[in-house]
Amino acid sequence: MIEQIFFIIFAALAIISALGVISLRNPVHAALSLIVCFFQIACLFVLLRSPFLAVVQVFIYVGAVMVLFLFVVMILDIKKVSLGVLVTRRSKYIYFFLVGLAIELIVVLTGGFQKLILDTPGEEVKIEVIGRVLFTEFLFPFELVSILLLVAMVGAIIMIKDAEKEGAK
Amino acid sequence: MPIGLNDIIAILPEIIVSLSACVLLIVDLFIPKGKKFFIGGIAILTVMVAAFVSFYIAGAGLTGMTVFSGMFAADGFGFFFKGIFFVIAILVILLSLSYVDTEGIENGEYYIFILFSLAGMMVMASGVDLLSIYLGLELMSLPVYILTGYAKLNKRSNEAAMKYVVLGAFSSGILLFGISLIYGITGTTELTGIATALSAGGAEHGALIIAVVMLVAGFGFKIAGVPFHMWSPDVYEGAPTPITAFMSVGPKAAAFAVILRVFLDGLAPAYDTWYLILSIVAVGSMVVGNIVAIAQTNLKRMLAYSSIGHAGYALLGVIAGGEEGVASVMYYMLVYAFMNLGIFAVMLYMRTTKRSGELISDYTGLAKKNAPLAFVMLLFLFSLAGIPPTAGFIGKFYVFMALIHAGHIYLAVIGILLSAVAAYYYIRIIMLMYMKEPEGEFEFVRSRPILYVLTLTAVVVIILGIFPGDLLSLAQSAAVFL
Amino acid sequence: MFLTYLPVLMMLAVVGAMGAAAVIFSSFLRPNNPYGTKLSPWECGMEPIGDASTGHFRVHFFVIAILFIVFDVETLYLFPWAVLLTDESISLLIFIEMFVFIVVLAIGLIYAWGKGALDWVK
Repeated sequence: MIEQIFFIIFAALAIISALGVISLRNPVHAALSLIVCFFQIACLFVLLRSPFLAVVQVFIYVGAVMVLFLFVVMILDIKKVSLGVLVTRRSKYIYFFLVGLAIELIVVLTGGFQKLILDTPGEEVKIEVIGRVLFTEFLFPFELVSILLLVAMVGAIIMIKDAEKEGAK
Repeated sequence: MPIGLNDIIAILPEIIVSLSACVLLIVDLFIPKGKKFFIGGIAILTVMVAAFVSFYIAGAGLTGMTVFSGMFAADGFGFFFKGIFFVIAILVILLSLSYVDTEGIENGEYYIFILFSLAGMMVMASGVDLLSIYLGLELMSLPVYILTGYAKLNKRSNEAAMKYVVLGAFSSGILLFGISLIYGITGTTELTGIATALSAGGAEHGALIIAVVMLVAGFGFKIAGVPFHMWSPDVYEGAPTPITAFMSVGPKAAAFAVILRVFLDGLAPAYDTWYLILSIVAVGSMVVGNIVAIAQTNLKRMLAYSSIGHAGYALLGVIAGGEEGVASVMYYMLVYAFMNLGIFAVMLYMRTTKRSGELISDYTGLAKKNAPLAFVMLLFLFSLAGIPPTAGFIGKFYVFMALIHAGHIYLAVIGILLSAVAAYYYIRIIMLMYMKEPEGEFEFVRSRPILYVLTLTAVVVIILGIFPGDLLSLAQSAAVFL
Repeated sequence: MFLTYLPVLMMLAVVGAMGAAAVIFSSFLRPNNPYGTKLSPWECGMEPIGDASTGHFRVHFFVIAILFIVFDVETLYLFPWAVLLTDESISLLIFIEMFVFIVVLAIGLIYAWGKGALDWVK
């Protein structure tokens, strides 16, 4: 019961702030709204008995990804961006897309999807359990992630480093 | 113990490629500009060593096992595709050596990114768990995104990279959503586990169709199948030409390796669910690819549409299924790699300061000026159109045979009709080369590596067209999943 | 139980409430007398040239942000690793695993250093 109340609070706040992200004109406000949204999702992870995922959510999304977003916003000319109309005449396609999503939702809710909805919350997932699985069973993907991160880092440096030089010219 | 000697041996080729790429990143800091071809040379050497080791592992009977608790399979299927990737990587590096010089984008990281992408493709070919497949796919795509935008002063290259990375990230998100739905339905990401769970009743699950659609969307983006093909003409046109050559054959072959494994192994019990979806994508790709290609004036854009069409033919092999269908797709990918790289080699051979070699009109009257070049171009175009005695004919022939044996006559008829349409725009270029008088002066790059690539691909296209038996039986023996 | 995390939520709520209270109460108490000079972002110094929000930031900030994200993700993997290190049956193995992981990322750091991505002034 109390859990449902919390779920409704978090979910409602998440949806409201997500709407804020796409409807606020000022990119900085949109980014701050996104932070709120990420926080609510972290809270939902706690309700799902995965505190580690909640920490990951705050760490990566609220901490790192938002920093990146804000830097992008700073590098852009906010005045121009917030005045510009981002959704153009093509927006009529968006309605088709929305109708498609609505149909999908109906299919999901009426189809045999109820099997996936857990009625009793499971045990809390301990960080030791995650670690044990990550470092034994999922060892190969784990090491692959390091190479992936390396490529991302090198790529970012390549793309920006010379762009800076050209900007100076 | 979660890790043993077997595990290390099985991924030795991947270790060699990625380790060498890491070391080269550091070495590159000490190599002065203008000597970066040195990195390219070491990269080729690395690929050769990795190919040798793979060959040794495959020959020493160390195959037929899954390692890393079911994440990675060292099987013949994976090694066959890895062989294709090694050839592609070496040929693309050879093609790049003079191009990066002309374009002024000479840079050691260029070759290193090709190595990283190669490592990703190798993981994809051997991945038997949706998680390792996904990570391999990302490792393959990230370097290609960067390489697409490598010509930073070129607006088209920037635009292409932007489109590619945004749409690529979007498709990855959809793919991940599909994977998590599959995990929700079956409780595992391992392909064999998925197959077991699906045949135990999971195939009737209502969410399965959504999961399948999302998987098709995610993988369809990588093979540029209709309707997930929108990016490909712009990206092909904007990317540096050797990179276009790379992404038209490399990621496509890797994605097909994954599609074969995922759909014919993991999702095999749900054949009735995905059969229709893949058929729609296949027919759509063949129709859009082959018909829109007729209207193109830019050779790179035309090849982009032709590559969409070829993805459609190869998907027909997936739909055919069974050992024969798998083998036909494997063979098709091998042949496609050679003929497409060949045609890009011709384009690069024409790429001088005066001509870009990208416009179809650039080839007017080529036969009068450089008969051998026009002849190999004719060979590749015949092969792409599927005219005997070239390898392209054999590739298509086996796909259609597999399709007919599997009972999908209608699809085979559609495919054959559309390849007749396709022949029109390939032969149009041949007409231009042979029937028209040359306009203006011709100049050629005369780079030796490109000549090697041209010779090799032309010889292989003919040999595979006349004696397809050995490689085909190799593909058939490797067409068994673990 | 998930209610063990309730104090965290309450603390967040209290923090938010205190922040809001500070702004609201001070608006009642302080004198309200805004004028141009007072509202300028840099009161005692040079006159600002244009707005801060017109994109005069160096793209270099972005490199730093990307490096930050990469190492942030790395730190995250260190948590479950550190918790598990006391288990002697796998501690040596996971130590090696993490060593490989960090070496790969260290290569990226060396690369960034060598490329001058960490230099601020050119």
